[in-house]
Amino acid sequence: MALSKKDVDHIAHLARLHLSDAEKARFRKQLSDILAHVDALQSLDTTDVPAMSGAIFEGSRLREDIAGDAMPREDLLRNAPDRENNQFRVPPVLD
Amino acid sequence: MTTQYEAVVGLEVHAVMETQSKMFCDCPVVDSTHHEPNVAVCPVCAGMPGMLPVLNKAAVEFALRVALALHCEINSTSIFARKSYFYPDLPKGFQISQYEQPLAVNGWLRIPTESGELRVGIRRVHLEEDTGKLTHLGEDGDRRTLVDLNRSGVPLLEIVTEPDLHTVEAVRNCAYALRSIMRYLEVNSGNLEKGLLRIEPNISIRERGSQALSTRVEIKNLNSFRSLERALEFELARQAELVDAGGAVQQQTLGWDDVRGSTQAQRSKEVAEDYRYFPEPDLPPLVVDDKWVREIEADLPELPQEKRKRFVEMVGLSDYDAGLLVAERSVAEFFDAALGAIHKADAKMLANWITGPLFELLNKDGYSIESLPFGPEPFAELVDMVASGEINASSARSVLSEMAANGKKPKELVQARGLAQISSETDIGELAERVIQKNSQQVADYVAGKDEVLNWFFGQAMLASQGKANPTLLRQALRVQLDAARAQKEAS
Amino acid sequence: MAELHELDLRQAIEGLKQGDFSSRELTAAFLQRIEQLDGALQAFLHVAGEQALTQADQADKQRGENREAPPLLGVPLAVKDVLAVADMPATAGSRILEGFLPSYTATSVQRLLDAGMLVLGKTNTDEFAMGSSTENSAYFTTHNPWDLERVPGGSSGGSAAAVAGGLAPIALGTDTGGSVRQPAALSGVSGLRPTYGRNSRYGLIAFGSSLDCVGVLGRSVADIAILQNVMAGRDPKDASTSDRPVETAVLQKKADLKGLTIGVPNEYFIAGVQPAVEAAVRAAIQALADMGAAVREISLPHTEYALPVYYILAPAEASANLARFDGVRYGLRVKDADVIEMFKRTRGEGFGPEVKRRIMIGTYALSAGYYDTYYGQAQKVRTLIQRDFEAAFEQVDLIAGPTTPTTAFRIGEHSDDPLEMYLQDVFTLPSSLAGIPGISVPVGFDEGGLPIGMQLFAPHFAETKLLQAAHAYQMTTDWHLKRPSV
Repeated sequence: MALSKKDVDHIAHLARLHLSDAEKARFRKQLSDILAHVDALQSLDTTDVPAMSGAIFEGSRLREDIAGDAMPREDLLRNAPDRENNQFRVPPVLD
Repeated sequence: MTTQYEAVVGLEVHAVMETQSKMFCDCPVVDSTHHEPNVAVCPVCAGMPGMLPVLNKAAVEFALRVALALHCEINSTSIFARKSYFYPDLPKGFQISQYEQPLAVNGWLRIPTESGELRVGIRRVHLEEDTGKLTHLGEDGDRRTLVDLNRSGVPLLEIVTEPDLHTVEAVRNCAYALRSIMRYLEVNSGNLEKGLLRIEPNISIRERGSQALSTRVEIKNLNSFRSLERALEFELARQAELVDAGGAVQQQTLGWDDVRGSTQAQRSKEVAEDYRYFPEPDLPPLVVDDKWVREIEADLPELPQEKRKRFVEMVGLSDYDAGLLVAERSVAEFFDAALGAIHKADAKMLANWITGPLFELLNKDGYSIESLPFGPEPFAELVDMVASGEINASSARSVLSEMAANGKKPKELVQARGLAQISSETDIGELAERVIQKNSQQVADYVAGKDEVLNWFFGQAMLASQGKANPTLLRQALRVQLDAARAQKEAS
Repeated sequence: MAELHELDLRQAIEGLKQGDFSSRELTAAFLQRIEQLDGALQAFLHVAGEQALTQADQADKQRGENREAPPLLGVPLAVKDVLAVADMPATAGSRILEGFLPSYTATSVQRLLDAGMLVLGKTNTDEFAMGSSTENSAYFTTHNPWDLERVPGGSSGGSAAAVAGGLAPIALGTDTGGSVRQPAALSGVSGLRPTYGRNSRYGLIAFGSSLDCVGVLGRSVADIAILQNVMAGRDPKDASTSDRPVETAVLQKKADLKGLTIGVPNEYFIAGVQPAVEAAVRAAIQALADMGAAVREISLPHTEYALPVYYILAPAEASANLARFDGVRYGLRVKDADVIEMFKRTRGEGFGPEVKRRIMIGTYALSAGYYDTYYGQAQKVRTLIQRDFEAAFEQVDLIAGPTTPTTAFRIGEHSDDPLEMYLQDVFTLPSSLAGIPGISVPVGFDEGGLPIGMQLFAPHFAETKLLQAAHAYQMTTDWHLKRPSV
């Protein structure tokens, strides 16, 4: 399945990835190639096959509702690119 | 809205589940409206690299309580899914929610409406996690947003009703009923203002009699029941006007602006959002075994609608009184316990003393019924004393205030303050006589035919007795004596 | 006596225990080796020299005071840089995490620290473990100690090169689609991917959550078994870890495989496999037969679908796992006046081409209208692949085949064509998708002197059987003892 330029723009927006025009052109071709390869899966009949996820199921692994300690705030904020008043600071959401 | 259209409304309700710890980590759940920012956060709920979710059992149990109370089918296996979107309050870039196989589906609840009971379908009940909190600051070039993650990962319950609501009243009552159920189940305190309970109606209109589905609008940002009603009225009128003018309703999410009293478009950029749901690979399927469900079901308290029914049918209260009593579980339980303790008063009188003097006291002093220093038994005793005539109603009200202040038993207070009602016929007769003798002018008025002067005498005598006189006996004694004076005059 | 950096793990443990040398001496020997050789190999992204020596001194002190020392006290370890170690940088080979300092330690690492080990440093990796050569590292490419012009394999290429080059006695890697076994094969060391759910993923910077495993790269199977025994087991912080009791793999003293049946899948000996690789692997299988194992041909009919399944599922999971890198809380931020644009520019500049490519594929595969065609279908075919193995394990105890189709390729050789690079993983992907354990062991060299790896697979949680068979092979052969001359 070949991707259009519009498809690439849309996916990049969904993934919040800024791509240069050159990257978009390259990805359009590479992604189309990969998808063509992946299309081999469509030939398999999986009508009665259940979907598999990763692990072997051994239970829901619920945790008892006991509150523990939060992390020291400085450990949380020490990696912040920008901060103010003990919070992470980001540019505004512009409409 | 003109009568040509019918409203079609469903509710999407998000309730913070008031567990000790968060949904997927053991951070404490704190009140994010007034806590220091970022003090209840760990690497998991901060979305740090390499962190994994582990599901809180209590959150599942809370959700099951609500799902069972709403008569839902419980999915023995439900699946968590990642709902992907980018926003600064969403640390992982996805919210862990439930999508294709939610915890529970196909339930219902009954709500009262003016035209009788309405059955409202429940489409689904599922679990998800809350986001962090954003604070927008500054103006123009200085605009910025601060991110506090205390709320990130707090367990949320989502309830989606069928669009079975067709009047503002029904929407309101449905919202109340859901809130009341969650409060009964001790899942959520029902606070809209703090955002612990978020009610988001989806609204459309259609020609009356039509079964067609129309385009819906979702409304967010409703911080009170009052806003819910106002927003509904506004939006229904807006849609009717739009359709009348030949326009079409656009599917969108609107925010309610309480100050302007109107709905505003929200998140215009997110119109075509695509959440890319897929099963959360870090969490095994949630398997809820039958035994656990039965245990939770067995522990469910009697719910408000059932209680109301019982109060009407078995106890003989009016539907109105019953409704007032069941609105809060603690009140209903107080009533039930007091009902078991009364000997002389009847249920109706007890109900009136709760919805009257007791509610007044609670409202005035900001008490909740649980925080009162006395329980239902002393209260029943007080009402019994009124019923038997040991004290009168106005003394009982002041005794009640004192009970609230110091927690003392009503009998003690009545004794200490000498409030016991004067019920001896001799004493009452003497009291009436004293007042009549002192006020010859008013006696003359009565004799002359002014019957209403009796009330004046009653007031004077009651004052003289410091409110302790048995009112029925007093009125009777005054009337007998005054009538005697009138008869004497006529005879002479 | 051999130089300290030439010792394998068992010799190091024994020497420390006997007091032949101190932990400081041992640690310093590896740090010196890093100092000498890492300029050429570029295996390490971060060397924690001072921290390691401080811990070595503490270990020596503890050993002096306490006769009951923990089993791995004072033994150095290299850790792939996708595993968090508290207060040590964790970059995952990406610019977007440059400078990130976690306050937590991955459970797998923590268990080794608790057993007394110390961390020498963090090893290079393809960015977010996406790659087969370390060429996708945002920082530099690691060189294969057997031929510096060639890749060490990937994504755990830094760990593989560190162990092969004698820069660390043993190292941790992670394996999503083959990222421990493939570099082990290309660098001439042994590498274990355990059963999915056997080792905790807590603190592993996620790539494909339903596939990621923490594994070990070492000089011998016996060395690997020592670490695996310590790391394995349920972790309350990782809901996908298993409750099953951890079988401590006790390695046999005699190279005897009587009673064991080994399956050889037709699908793993196909056109495209380098003749020297096939010859060496067949010879190794013969060696297993010589020790008494019965060998029979089997079929894993859905093998060819593993690549397309993997290249849907892993990117789909990755597209969500990597959404957290948004410039808000840690790592890189590229400034912009609007937060959405800040996200886009941070991610656009912070991620390298392969990561962006996979995020794009994964996002597409999950997007409205395509989910069933891609993600849904891939999950179902994954079931078919798992059933292939289940059926095979009804007939055989273990499965053997080549780890990779070829030996180490030249740096830059495949970097233009992502699909060609993905073919490196054809033989490691199916077992990864099935969640079963696999181990790669050196079984010879090609005509250019480059190492060849054979992998063995076992059913879920049969690590003991797997390690025992691989160990038996190393008892009778010496391929794993060969060292490159760097």
